[in-house]
Amino acid sequence: MQELLRRYGVGLTAAFIGLTAFWLLILVILPNVTLFESSFRPYLPVVDVGGPLDTYSLNNYMKVFGVPVDVSVLWMTFQVPVHIKIFFGTIYYSTLVTVITFLLAYPLAYYLAKVVSPKSLPTLFLLLFVPLWVSEILRSFAWFIILAFKGPLNALLLNIGLIDAPVRWISGYNSVIVGLVYTYVLFMVFPLYNAIQSLDTNQIEAAEDLGAPWWRIHQRVILPHAKPGIASGSVMVFMLCAGSLLVPTLLGSTSAQWFTQTIQQWMLEALDWNTGAAYAFMLLILCTVFVSVVMRIFRVKLSDIAK
Amino acid sequence: MSAGIELENVVCDFGNFRAVDNVNVNIQPGEFFSFLGPSGCGKTTILRMISGFNEPTKGVIRIGGKDMRGQRPNQRPTALIFQNLALFPLMPIWENISFGLEVRGVDKATRRKRAEELLALVDLPDAADKMVSQLSGGQKQRVAIARALAVEPAVMLLDEPLSALDLKLRQHMRAELRAIQKRTGVTFIYITHDQGEALAMSDRVGVMSQGRLQQVANPRDIYNNPVNGFVASFVGENNILTGSVQNAADGMASFATPIGTFRARLVDGANGKPVKLYIRPEHVTLSEIPGKENSVPVTISDVAFEGNFIAVQAQTENGTTLVAELRNDGAATVPATGSKLHMTFDAQRSALLPDAVGGRG
Ligand SMILES: Nc1ncnc2c1ncn2[C@@H]1O[C@H](COP(=O)(O)OP(=O)(O)OP(=O)(O)O)[C@@H](O)[C@H]1O
Ligand SMILES: [Mg+2]
Repeated sequence: MQELLRRYGVGLTAAFIGLTAFWLLILVILPNVTLFESSFRPYLPVVDVGGPLDTYSLNNYMKVFGVPVDVSVLWMTFQVPVHIKIFFGTIYYSTLVTVITFLLAYPLAYYLAKVVSPKSLPTLFLLLFVPLWVSEILRSFAWFIILAFKGPLNALLLNIGLIDAPVRWISGYNSVIVGLVYTYVLFMVFPLYNAIQSLDTNQIEAAEDLGAPWWRIHQRVILPHAKPGIASGSVMVFMLCAGSLLVPTLLGSTSAQWFTQTIQQWMLEALDWNTGAAYAFMLLILCTVFVSVVMRIFRVKLSDIAK
Repeated sequence: MSAGIELENVVCDFGNFRAVDNVNVNIQPGEFFSFLGPSGCGKTTILRMISGFNEPTKGVIRIGGKDMRGQRPNQRPTALIFQNLALFPLMPIWENISFGLEVRGVDKATRRKRAEELLALVDLPDAADKMVSQLSGGQKQRVAIARALAVEPAVMLLDEPLSALDLKLRQHMRAELRAIQKRTGVTFIYITHDQGEALAMSDRVGVMSQGRLQQVANPRDIYNNPVNGFVASFVGENNILTGSVQNAADGMASFATPIGTFRARLVDGANGKPVKLYIRPEHVTLSEIPGKENSVPVTISDVAFEGNFIAVQAQTENGTTLVAELRNDGAATVPATGSKLHMTFDAQRSALLPDAVGGRG
């Protein structure tokens, strides 16, 4: 603060602080507070808004417990409210996508950070970035076409004789997983690349010199060093997946519902913004809790991620 | 348990740059051998070839008589201490030291015990459960040595391990390293660009320049009988005079220089090559009257009292600057600036040397 004042003088400092405050208060906090407040109020006809019926309650939040459906896990069958089922499906498949992106991104990040010669690095990064120039909608549509029953993937597999009959790829959550992995894998690659790249190559060599086979070097030296990168990549991918609307809408089969789609239905189909807001906050809070618990289990601190 | 190392016609190219050029050397089991040379002369490259991180472009490396071609670093009986030590910051000290045992499947209790023994050996008890960041530079140094010793290597390779330490600690660690080498009997290959370090610690020294090994000899011979001008000037100071050989016989020659003709040793193999005259400042005497031979009248231009010796700068009549170092035995007279004296070179200790061999084309 003093530093800022000394360097830029009163006028500029005030401008900086003013802009930051504007951004935080008007663009971040205010809309959220409004939404949060409305999530406790009932959905009423316009004439009743502000009238005696307009009281605060948790009713909107309670709506997730309605409409039970059958869910079978292994050999057991439960009655679970449909929205809760969708919620846990979202968490489960987001976690799965996070794990898959990690498994794909780690070898790639290691390769980029420690194997390729620095000369070819810019070209490789460019190749990684090119898909990002195409909008997310187009990329999801591209996958929709690729995975279609009569699409190129089935044609290719049939032609090379790997399958005898076309496979229905867009069923259940399969295509959503493919789409989400494809959309968010780079959010895993870059934090991992940064983390691995900051590891002194001599440490890898020292481990090898002491007799460690390659997998030991990864297990004991590289992965522990990359932990903050893994954590920030995972949190990012998980949150983006759980909050994604486009990919599940475009690529989800009828049996694959994402929680964001439920929120959208409340807001746009039922026009009940209050319940939609309540669901949105539930998603936010429960995802945050889930992420904190997982971070606690893996002993990752928030300050590690911020690095 | 310790092994000898042979380098036979070893060449290492990076693209079309020759980093190591036809190096031949035979290092004995249990020897403390140093590679000495200026920055970029290929020392690290040699060490990386011995430990297996680089393959020689040509030539053979044998450890304990065994051809090392195609052997990965984790298959060689060597342990490398990196210039920056490369300790594992996320493991406590004892796990660092026992990492080599861990990957060999040794159980935890044995590992812990061994780590503590090694910590005692390097004089660092009570450090087992500390983290790397809690240690001082010299302590980290010892941990790196202990970690390398833990795998019971036949050969220890040390890449300028003391260069990051301050002078006092460096001198202390020199003695320490030497003692550890004697105690364990492991072959040490030591890399340094510090000539004092190489001379003080080693059984033998290999002096390198531009990828070429210039001379392999014990420290005394490196200093007293350098084979060429590069070795002479890299280890220690010299007065260097250019001129031409007049007549040569029995290893001695007369050498005509702009400040007079001097008799000096003509080293073997220097016959016919262009040579220069090298005289160490401490082999120079100053006197009121000229000596029998090899004397030149000078005017003292600067005197610096350094404590254990007195550094004298003198000018000949044609303006050539010569330096002398006079030992201070407590009674030495300090010559006065501006006084006119005679500088005498001992013919036996003045050498006519060719320039360095080889060099990158
Ligand atoms: N991987 C590499 N690719 C290309 N050139 C290299 C490579 N490694 C080393 N060199 C070159 O080879 C030469 C010798 O390098 P080396 O690291 O062996 O020097 P050094 O004697 O250890 O020097 P220093 O005392 O500075 O550590 C240098 O000129 C260096 O630029
Ligand atoms: Mg080096």
